[in-house]
Amino acid sequence: MLELVLIAFAKCVFLFLAFLLGGAAILSWVERKMSAVIQDRIGPNRAAVFGFTAFGLFHPIADGIKMLFKEDFVPARADKILFFFAPVLSFVPPLLAFMAIPFGPPVAGREWLMVSDSQMGLLFLLAVASIGVYGHTLAGWSSDNKFSLMGALRTSSQLFSYEVGLTLSLLGVFMVYGTIMPQAIIGGQSELMWGWLPRWGIVTQPLGFILFMLASIAETKRAPFDLPEADSELVAGYSTEYSSMRFAMFFLSEFVGILLVSAFGAVLFLGGWNIPFLAGDAWWVVLLQVGAFLAKVGALVYLQMLVRWTVPRMRFDQVIDFGWKYLIPFGLLNLLATAVVLAVWR
Amino acid sequence: MVAKVKKVGLPPLNVAESLYVTELVRGLITTNRHFWRNWFRRKDTATLEYPDKRRPYSARWRGLHRLMLRENGTPRCVACMMCSTHCPAGCITIVAREHPDPAIEKVPASFEIDLLKCIFCGFCEEACPCDAIRVDSGVHAPPVYGRDEAIIDLEDLLSRGSQSTAKQGGRNL
Ligand code: SF4
Ligand code: SF4
Repeated sequence: MLELVLIAFAKCVFLFLAFLLGGAAILSWVERKMSAVIQDRIGPNRAAVFGFTAFGLFHPIADGIKMLFKEDFVPARADKILFFFAPVLSFVPPLLAFMAIPFGPPVAGREWLMVSDSQMGLLFLLAVASIGVYGHTLAGWSSDNKFSLMGALRTSSQLFSYEVGLTLSLLGVFMVYGTIMPQAIIGGQSELMWGWLPRWGIVTQPLGFILFMLASIAETKRAPFDLPEADSELVAGYSTEYSSMRFAMFFLSEFVGILLVSAFGAVLFLGGWNIPFLAGDAWWVVLLQVGAFLAKVGALVYLQMLVRWTVPRMRFDQVIDFGWKYLIPFGLLNLLATAVVLAVWR
Repeated sequence: MVAKVKKVGLPPLNVAESLYVTELVRGLITTNRHFWRNWFRRKDTATLEYPDKRRPYSARWRGLHRLMLRENGTPRCVACMMCSTHCPAGCITIVAREHPDPAIEKVPASFEIDLLKCIFCGFCEEACPCDAIRVDSGVHAPPVYGRDEAIIDLEDLLSRGSQSTAKQGGRNL
């Protein structure tokens, strides 16, 4: 029992360090660098340690230090308790949701590369990830600022709308593989169709993948769906009154969110850690598979960033329109088509 | 006079364009192309990393003023006030004093130019009868912390000076 707890604790610590302090920080660099390179600029490259700039990779560290030393400002009429609580509430859920993401195959009969392969599976992920919206809403509500409040209202209405679309786009995958357990879904995707085509989610559910990508970009509140923080209209939306590390928590939660939906997409649609035609449990195979998983996450992150720096922001009514009038009907259609095909197939 | 307004109508969208998706994909292809071109070769990058690399100035660039020197290293300026009189910005302040050499009447005791007022027109150079002031050093006006630091003095002006080959008038010279 104690052994199990210790192992789980070690896995959590590793996940926290790697994905929060590593992944999210690097992602903030990726975002700045990628936007710069796309826009024909150079991007961050000045922060140096002993003359080494490492392509500007020290910038996240410099940012973090700067954030720590900034004044921690609280508006006079803010609701103090909620104001303090909100960033935590938006920051912890996406981190928790990583528990259901498998980073590699079971090694020696045990889930070393996944925090917990619980029976709830991906439902747990969906449930936990959607708690994050409370953090953003409370942040806007408690700051006593109309921009924040507008941002909060937009966040809640947008996220509620797209939550439906997101879940609908996933149901098809759950139906095809007949399970909600991530390892079992990846197992299903490892098979081959007609002996040559990997049975990845993107092959069996192409429409589902597109819908998932759209909904997930909306869920991470980024352009073209970045209405909750729309800089040109709302200053910074729900996080307007936040400064210092409290702001950094919102900032990081956004990046952890990106990592989360990318990892989620990789598990469901890109075969997770599966490399077609490669199986076995030699250590180098496992290593390759973990690498493949990270590469797939990276590819999805790249796609998300590309969309974010290509498409201009929509108007708010268009966003809600799109969610309810296109995403959900198409999701239902996809579900229906999947059901029919599955019924005929069996 | 009424300005002529040219009305530019938006071309109507064809079916593919109005679907939005095709245009979205085209946009993604464009940004993707820019990303990879710039990532490996900085092909389209327009940034000049300023303090490390500088763009060459144009040949007409004047830069800061300087005061020229005689063959013996003393200033050529005779404090005639031509330049300060002619300066459209009124930014030259000269205080004259006796020159030890009786053949030369005056020499500036102080010569100050307020760079914040100066418009770098070069009229002082044109007005000077003895080729004493020139606006051709090519040195950029330095950034300063306060207004008084933007006033350059005689010493500074002379430090950029050099001997002029022009013949200077006056007795015994
Ligand atoms: S350059 Fe023009 S404005 Fe400047 S000191 Fe000479 S005459 Fe005056
Ligand atoms: S710089 Fe030339 S014009 Fe000005 S006071 Fe001296 S001699 Fe006269």
